[in-house]
Amino acid sequence: MYRYDEFDAQIVRDRVEQFRGQVARRLSGELKEDEFKPLRLQNGVYLQLHAYMLRIAIPYGQLNPTQMRKLARIARVYDRGYGHFTTRQNVQFNWVALKDIPDVLAELAEVEMHAIQTSGNCIRNTTSDHFAGAAKDEIMDPRPWCEIIRQWSTFHPEFAFLPRKFKIAVTAAEHDRAAIRVHDIGLHMRERGGEVGFEVHVGGGQGRTPHVAAKIADFVPEAQLLDYLEAIMRVYNRFGRRDNKYKARIKILVSETGEEEFTRLVEAEFAAQRDAEKIALPQAEIDRIHAYFAPPELPERPEAAQKLHDAMAQDDTGLARWVRVNTHPHKVNGYTSITISLKPNGVATGDATDAQMMVVAHLAETYGHDDVRVTHTQNLILPHVALDDLPAIYAELKAAGLATPNEGLISDMIVCPGLDYCNLANARSIPVGMAIQDAFTDPDDQEDIGKFHINISGCINACGHHHVGHVGILGVDRKGEEYYQITLGGRADEKARIGDIAGPGLKADEVPDALKRIVNRYRELRTSKDEPFIETFEREGMEPFKEAIYAAH
Amino acid sequence: MPLIKDGREIDDVWAFLPDDAPLSPGGCITVSLGRFRSETELLLARNTDVGVRLEPADDPHELEEFLDRLALIEVSFPKYTDGRGYSQAQLLRRRLGYQGELRAVGHVLRDQILYMNRSGFDAFETERADLPSVVEALNEYSAFYQPGADGSVSVFARRHQKD
Ligand code: SF4
Repeated sequence: MYRYDEFDAQIVRDRVEQFRGQVARRLSGELKEDEFKPLRLQNGVYLQLHAYMLRIAIPYGQLNPTQMRKLARIARVYDRGYGHFTTRQNVQFNWVALKDIPDVLAELAEVEMHAIQTSGNCIRNTTSDHFAGAAKDEIMDPRPWCEIIRQWSTFHPEFAFLPRKFKIAVTAAEHDRAAIRVHDIGLHMRERGGEVGFEVHVGGGQGRTPHVAAKIADFVPEAQLLDYLEAIMRVYNRFGRRDNKYKARIKILVSETGEEEFTRLVEAEFAAQRDAEKIALPQAEIDRIHAYFAPPELPERPEAAQKLHDAMAQDDTGLARWVRVNTHPHKVNGYTSITISLKPNGVATGDATDAQMMVVAHLAETYGHDDVRVTHTQNLILPHVALDDLPAIYAELKAAGLATPNEGLISDMIVCPGLDYCNLANARSIPVGMAIQDAFTDPDDQEDIGKFHINISGCINACGHHHVGHVGILGVDRKGEEYYQITLGGRADEKARIGDIAGPGLKADEVPDALKRIVNRYRELRTSKDEPFIETFEREGMEPFKEAIYAAH
Repeated sequence: MPLIKDGREIDDVWAFLPDDAPLSPGGCITVSLGRFRSETELLLARNTDVGVRLEPADDPHELEEFLDRLALIEVSFPKYTDGRGYSQAQLLRRRLGYQGELRAVGHVLRDQILYMNRSGFDAFETERADLPSVVEALNEYSAFYQPGADGSVSVFARRHQKD
């Protein structure tokens, strides 16, 4: 993974001191709250319902064990013993005191971490495929370019006060696990005649007006990527709407301007760049950054699969199911990537305790080549482990409550904090998620249902990505009562689609049964167990499912 | 309101002339882009300096052919959260090659001044920040990932410079 050099380290240290000064000026009253707000936001500090919340960047979701242990320490010392991994592959702490935040940031800087631009109207943490560098189906590793984008976007002088927040995602696999089509900019790496380049999608997003991004370029050669991004950003900064917060995202600019005209504006801006304006990334620099992402040394282990097979045959603790559900094909024979589920029954939100973080750090160090990833579905991953180490890993995870075999299944939901934590919420989300988990506790049943993504948001801001859940659940407030609107058919992958609203909202206690009826209807309609819910829905359409949802009415 | 340029507090000899105020002889004035457009000849014919004040939606390209005759361009920040002025500054300095004074006016606060400076501003009419705090703000960082309109070299390039 990337390691800071003297420049990176100095910039992060300078940031800690700068923010320390800003906090001091705020506490002394020299800075007014409305002046402090954008400053603290650009450093990940939110004012939540109960306290300040600190969001820490995990660039493209990658951590090493030392960093994970630092997060555990922060959870223990400055918070109430847990952290919350987010859909942006970041981590949040909900109970940190403002006066402690500079010290937390100083501790983070020691392990090459920061909270820079994790919120505010600026370019946020760049996200990527959580299996990057390990997945069998990727054409190359997208992380070096994520790192280059991270550096380029850090304290960019022109783009610190954009109309609204701005999110970039990168993938290099045909199957898009980074949801690039629902990002402000989505980059899909391509290879053309030996040259590397980027397919560019712009204007995807969720919130109250969800959009799937428009493709504005088929192939931007890698050497020109940053200049092309500058052109997009400048068009957005100059022409994006600033009169209405809800129309300020780039998706609105793209849709109001029209895809063609927007593309023309970007191309014109790009073409007008003079040589002196270009970022001029030296090839030596591109190479330097790539070198940090060299794959770990993984000698092929031809007997590993057999050893695992034998271990599973003798096991009665659920190893086989966990291996079946929570592993992902690896590039190298004898290895796999495992998902550590943060969604056991009763925890729907990507929370991990300090003790659990310590376990993950230990496993990554012992078996996982010092590599941990955070997924946008709020789980953790060890991307490089040998198949014959799985029994030992499983045992340790299980003891820590981290071995739930539900990756991608119905109980592996994305759930926003909702009314329990968030001051923008209309309704609770966490209890609804837990009630659904309670309705589908049988692991055989879950496996039989197969891939099934439920996403829950407590308000129209859609932090729980309800628009792109196979089943989306949106909390709304109707005359002081919580209702839940169901959408069906959303997906965030390469076939990204915004879900359709099924009909009138349901009361909280009606939601789990409605889900059961949706699942039963799916079982009746699917051509075989290999047809996942989303494909059955795409084939059959809304009607049969709508009927199922409202059958009880 | 202090006016700070090149690390010093300077006297402001300029005045902004509202669109409905009559043009009087003498004195250094800035006018809106609209007024500059409609009275270009009159303004340039005066024997004192003239400048233009850009509002956030104004297109700096409209000044392209007059840049060497303008002694001052003010970029207005009605709200400091409106970042269009940064792009205007970058365009003026790096694309159009404007060499004269580029002044940030309006809601100009201490913690935005470094970004402004790196985008090409060399003068700041601040709301409250005094000289020491502006100087401090300008020195909070010693390295930047992006090349700056102030001529600073990017970290990407510095890493490979032989010194
Ligand atoms: S979706 Fe709404 S309720 Fe949920 S976290 Fe976002 S703003 Fe809060």
